[in-house]
Amino acid sequence: MTHFAAVVLFAFFASIVFGITQREKPRDMIRYGIYCFVLFVASAIVLSWVMYLIAR
Amino acid sequence: MATEENKNAAPANGSKSASQQGFVYLPLIVGWLVPGGGHFLQRKWGRGALLGGSILAMFALGIAMQGKLYAGAHDVLDILGLAGDLGNGLLYFISRIAGWGADQVLVTTADYGTRFIVVAGLLNVIAAVDAHNLRTGRKS
Repeated sequence: MTHFAAVVLFAFFASIVFGITQREKPRDMIRYGIYCFVLFVASAIVLSWVMYLIAR
Repeated sequence: MATEENKNAAPANGSKSASQQGFVYLPLIVGWLVPGGGHFLQRKWGRGALLGGSILAMFALGIAMQGKLYAGAHDVLDILGLAGDLGNGLLYFISRIAGWGADQVLVTTADYGTRFIVVAGLLNVIAAVDAHNLRTGRKS
């Protein structure tokens, strides 16, 4: 398994739990879950580039 | 965030639901022991299935990646890891008895797996608290 695949799986399952537990209405749960997923994956990509540039 | 109205209304609703529903900590305990179990007790089948499936999947992926199950508390990081692992409830104890999981992290994916197991436990605690909030009427 690649690091990115692990990140995507991690983000997917964690976002489901966050969405269900942090919001009350089903529509809000889905929206918050998607929001968390995007933030997880995007922040992983951004931080990866930052670490890559620092390490150069 | 609690408004003034909510603050006034919460004790009345809470005490009413608590007296009607018996032991209010049962969903918390069941939710901790069995991922999603607290929501099943509230007849929230969909939410319970999604929570239980997600936590179980994360735990299973962690084990499949040869993640480490923390067994002892030798230093601070081990204590934190053990606390996270214990959040998995019965999954943790069954895995320890069955001898699943690695004793040492030997490959890169095992490090990911260790984090998956710890986070699955922490998410399970959040889900159990959510089930408790449903029971007390703090959340609908």
